[in-house]
Amino acid sequence: MFGPNLFTNYGEAVSVILFVIGFSNLLMQKNLIKKIIGLNIMDTAVYLFLAEKGYIRDRVAPIVVDGVQEVEAYINPVPSGLVLTGIVVSVSVTAIMLSLTIRLYRRYHTLDLDEISMLLKKEGR
Amino acid sequence: MKKNSAFSRWFYGEKDTLLGKVEMKPQNGHAPRAGEIRELMEERRLIREHIYDVEDNQKLRLFHRLYQAAAVVFCLMLMLIMLVVVSWLPENGDPDNPVNNEVSARYIENGLQETGAVNIVTGMILDYRAFDTFGESNVLFISTVTVLILLHNKKKEKKTSAEGGMRADKSIYEENLILQKIAGILVPIIVIFGIYVILNGHLSPGGGFSGGAIIGAGLILYQNAFGFEKTERFFTEKTYKWVCFVSLTFYCLAKSYSFFTGANHLESGIPLGKAGAILSSGLILPLNICVGLVVACTMYTFFAMFRKGDF
Repeated sequence: MFGPNLFTNYGEAVSVILFVIGFSNLLMQKNLIKKIIGLNIMDTAVYLFLAEKGYIRDRVAPIVVDGVQEVEAYINPVPSGLVLTGIVVSVSVTAIMLSLTIRLYRRYHTLDLDEISMLLKKEGR
Repeated sequence: MKKNSAFSRWFYGEKDTLLGKVEMKPQNGHAPRAGEIRELMEERRLIREHIYDVEDNQKLRLFHRLYQAAAVVFCLMLMLIMLVVVSWLPENGDPDNPVNNEVSARYIENGLQETGAVNIVTGMILDYRAFDTFGESNVLFISTVTVLILLHNKKKEKKTSAEGGMRADKSIYEENLILQKIAGILVPIIVIFGIYVILNGHLSPGGGFSGGAIIGAGLILYQNAFGFEKTERFFTEKTYKWVCFVSLTFYCLAKSYSFFTGANHLESGIPLGKAGAILSSGLILPLNICVGLVVACTMYTFFAMFRKGDF
């Protein structure tokens, strides 16, 4: 079942495990803030995965030094740009989720999802 | 444009089409009366007991257990599937991976000549893929607008509890001598470092996003030490509006121009300069400054909204 590269790809394996940790937080926590933290852990796992994909053995970050411009000298610059995009989107999404949580808290005075749905049921929605 | 149409009336601010259809009331801070708190707590206790009443409610206990078990099994299955996929991925760090195709080779080989940026990643995100970065800045702007809609308190309602709370801890700002002294030393250094990171975005690691985040952190530290009264002197809602508007418009126009000339094989007239100098690489430096301004303002606005609901 397992292929030959599980231990050489340990960076990707760690990112997958981090992703699952974040996802299980998202599934099993009842507190909204903890759910948001879980989503952020998932984001981090994706950055790690992208950074691992861009890495090439024995090469340096893509900043031209001494006019060396061979492909053999630098790592892949494309995943670095993708990680940047991911970070920005994750910051925005986190801010929106936190502000929605604040509004929910002001309305229902609790962060527990079960209690909120119970209160919603009591209001008849 | 037809006069008195719904659009023109909306445009001149005579009629709000959303009025009465969406929830528009800004929420005030939470300040229950003394007796209300006990009532609320009692109600919460009852609800909590009802929800987590696993001893008496067999169905509920079954559901909780089934849910936890299903969640664990699902997560483990997901991890197993993804680990199997990872184990079949090409070897990490291998130069012959399919990821390392002609696109990245082109960026590395011709990036310096075509964009003038020593930092190839900056050259990529602010020249080849500049519209992508423009979209990112807009994502930040839109999320700030959403946070403003959700959390902004109107200034007129000064008697609300949130404001009262802030005024109550005004004395904290006056007494916090250690924080103030240290912030007085650190904030200028942090802001100057942020400006350095922004201005050297095309020469060294860094750029608009990281530099903007550093400057935003400096502003947040300044606010924490000296209070909102000091920051209101230079940063209000109007500042945010104008800085973001001017930066995003400049970014859009400048990059539209350069893409237009580039697509039509015209001379853009933007000098690339000598590689490695600060004033080089054409549009990258101004675009970095735009992005940095947007990010710094966004960071500070997030903080101000979460802290007080106001600037």
